[in-house]
Amino acid sequence: MPERELTVGVGAGGLATADMVLNIGPQHPATHGVLRLRITLDGERIKAAEPIVGYMHRGAEKLFEVRDYRQILVLANRHDWLSAFSSEIGAALIVERMLGMDVPERATWVRTLLAELNRVLNHLMFLGSYPLELGAITPIFYAFREREELQAVMEEVAGGRMHYMFGRIGGLRDDLPMGWTGRVREAIDAVRRRLPDLENMLVGNEILQARTRGVGILDPKTIAAYGVSGPIARASGVDVDLRRDQPYLAYDELFAPGGPGRVVTREAGDCLARLEVLLEQVHVSLELAQACLERIESLGPGPVNVKLPKVLKVPEGADYLATENPLGFNGYYLVSRGDKTPWRLKLRSASFNNVQVLSTLLPGTLLADMVAILGSMFFVVGDVDK
Amino acid sequence: MAGDIVEIVLRAVCVLAAFLVLPLLVGQTEHKVMAHMQGRLGPMEAGGFHGWAQLVADGIKFSQKEDIVPLAADKRVFRIAPALGIVSYLFALAVIPLGPHTVGADVPGSLVWVLAVGGIGTVGTLMAGWGSGNKYSLLGGLRTAAQLVSYELPLILACASFAIAAGSLSLVGIAHAWTPWWLLWQLPGALVFLVAATAELQRPPFDMPVADSELVMGPYTEYTGLRFALFLLAEYAGIVVMSLLLGVLYLGGWTGPFDHQIGWLWTLLKGAIFAVLIIWIRVAWPRLREDQLQRVAWLGLVPLALLQLAITAIGVVVTSR
Repeated sequence: MPERELTVGVGAGGLATADMVLNIGPQHPATHGVLRLRITLDGERIKAAEPIVGYMHRGAEKLFEVRDYRQILVLANRHDWLSAFSSEIGAALIVERMLGMDVPERATWVRTLLAELNRVLNHLMFLGSYPLELGAITPIFYAFREREELQAVMEEVAGGRMHYMFGRIGGLRDDLPMGWTGRVREAIDAVRRRLPDLENMLVGNEILQARTRGVGILDPKTIAAYGVSGPIARASGVDVDLRRDQPYLAYDELFAPGGPGRVVTREAGDCLARLEVLLEQVHVSLELAQACLERIESLGPGPVNVKLPKVLKVPEGADYLATENPLGFNGYYLVSRGDKTPWRLKLRSASFNNVQVLSTLLPGTLLADMVAILGSMFFVVGDVDK
Repeated sequence: MAGDIVEIVLRAVCVLAAFLVLPLLVGQTEHKVMAHMQGRLGPMEAGGFHGWAQLVADGIKFSQKEDIVPLAADKRVFRIAPALGIVSYLFALAVIPLGPHTVGADVPGSLVWVLAVGGIGTVGTLMAGWGSGNKYSLLGGLRTAAQLVSYELPLILACASFAIAAGSLSLVGIAHAWTPWWLLWQLPGALVFLVAATAELQRPPFDMPVADSELVMGPYTEYTGLRFALFLLAEYAGIVVMSLLLGVLYLGGWTGPFDHQIGWLWTLLKGAIFAVLIIWIRVAWPRLREDQLQRVAWLGLVPLALLQLAITAIGVVVTSR
C-alpha cells in the first residue's frame, strides 16, 4: 500500500513535530533478554534504529583460553542456549580435526541425531514465541507440548534439558540407554502427527499473514553484506546450508542425492517466509533424525568414544570450522600453541550478525512492524553477546 | 416519596452487586476457557476444586501491592483515570434490562445512554496514557484515541439499525419488538457490533493499545496494585456490558421458553454466549496492526453497517404497510 501523509494545521507550515527516541530494551518483553534497540520515532514510524549489544557479554572467548580442551565444551554450549548440543559438537569437531582424531561411526550418527533433535527444539521455541509477539497466545502451548516430547528423550540420554553436555572430545559421554531409540521414534512420530495443529494456527491464520507478508523484506545483497545466515538467509533465496555445502558429522551421506536431506528456501524474504522456512525445517530435521535412527539401529552396538590421554594437547597450528547451527553459521577459529588450553578460540555466532541487519531493515517501518521483524530475526541474546 | 428513595437505593445496590459479580464471573470464565483451549495447567491449587479461588487470590495480591505514582506523571489525571474507566461501564450496566421489569433504571432512550457513557471509558485509558509520563503509555494512549475514532461510528450505526427495526430507542422496547426473523435480518449489524465492540474493549485481535510485546502494557504500564486491577476489572465489565447489550439487541434478551419465570436467566445466558465468543477470539487470533484496524473499520465495518441500515429501513417500510 502506498504511503500517504496528510498534515492539517492552522497557519503556515502545519504542525511542528519532534522525533521521539524510544529505548526498546534492555528490559522489554520483545527482546527475549537484554538486547537494546535505540529507535527514533516520528509518530509510529521508525526513522532510525540502532541495536546496542553487550549487556550479556560473559567473556566466553577469554574463558576458553584458561580451560583445557575437555572443559571448553561446557562454555561452548552456553552462548546459544537453544542450540546447546549443536554448539558443543562444533567445538569438539574442531579439536578433533586438529588432533587428527577419528571418531567412531556410531558416535557420529548419534551426534547427528541429537543435533537434528536440537534443531527441532530450537525451531519449535521460535515457532511458539514469534506468534506470541504478534499477540497470538495459543501457539506457544502447542509448540511446547511438542518440545516436551523431544526434551524427554534428550533428558533421558543426556540428563540435561538445556545444556546437554553429552558430547565429548572423541565421541560422546555414554552409550545410549537401553530401548532409547524406540522412544525417540515414538517421540518423533508424535511430533510429526501433531505438527499440523501448530502449522494451521501459524501460516493458516489470516491475521498472522497480514502482519508478516511483505513486512521486513531482506534482499540477498544485504544478507551478503551483513553476513546473515541460517533460516533467515534462506528465506530470502540465499541457498546456503553448511550441512550440504561443507558437510560435517554424517551430513555428507544424509544430504547426498536421494538422501532425506534438503535445503529449505523461500524467495520472498519477508517475515512470513522466515517463519515458513522454520516450519519446513522442522519437518526436514525430523526426517533426518529418523534416518539417523535407522542407521544407528542397523549399525548395532559399538564404541561411542575414544580413550583420551590424561593431558590433551592440540598440536600447534590454526584451523577454522563452521557448523550449520539452528540459527545460522556457528564458526570456531582455534589457534593452538601446543598447550593444553587454546591460545585463542574465536567464536562466530549466528545471532550477532543476524541482529546487526536490523539497523538497515527497521527504518521506514511502523513500530508494530518492528516487533514482527525483530521476532522474525530468530535470535538468542546469549548468542549475540557471547 | 420515602418509598421511591428506598426503591432507588435498592435498585442501585442490585446494579452494583451485579457489577461486582458479573465481571468476576467473566474473568473466571476466561481463565478456565483459555486454560482448556490451550491445554495449560496454571494454578489448580487455590481453593481445592479446579483452582476456583485463584481469582480471589489474585485480588488479594493486587490489594497488597504498593500503589506507585511515577514522579513524571500528571498525578491527578493518573489517579483518576482507572476510576473513569470503570464507572462508565457501571452507568451503562444500570440501564441494561435482564427482564421486562428487571432493569436498574428503565429510561426511554437507554440505548443512547449506553453508547454515550460507554465511550467515556476510553477517555480513562487515554488519560492513563497521557498522564503516566511514559513513552510507551503515550503511544498506547494515542493508539486508543485512534481506535476510538474508527470503531465508534460502526458501533453506533449497527445500534441504529436495531433501533430502527424496533422503532424504539429503549432497550426494553427493542427486546419487546424482537422476533426470530432478526437473527437473519440483523445478522450483518450484529457482526459489525461484535467486531466494533471487541475493538472498543481493546481485546485481541484489536489490543494494539496494550500490545504487551510492543508497548509493554500500553497505557497501563506504570500502574500497580489496585489501580491496575481496576483497569482489568473495567475490561471485564466492558465485556459484560457489550455481551449483554448484544444479547438484548440481537437475541431478544429475555425471550425464550418460560420467560415469565426465568427471563433474566435467558438474558444472562445469551450474554454469556457472546462473552465466551470474545474470549475465544482472544485465544484464536494474533493482533492486527493499528492501520489494519483502521482499514477494517472504514473499508469493512462502516459500509457493512450502512448496508445493514438500508436493509433495515427497507424491511421496516415494507412490513409496516
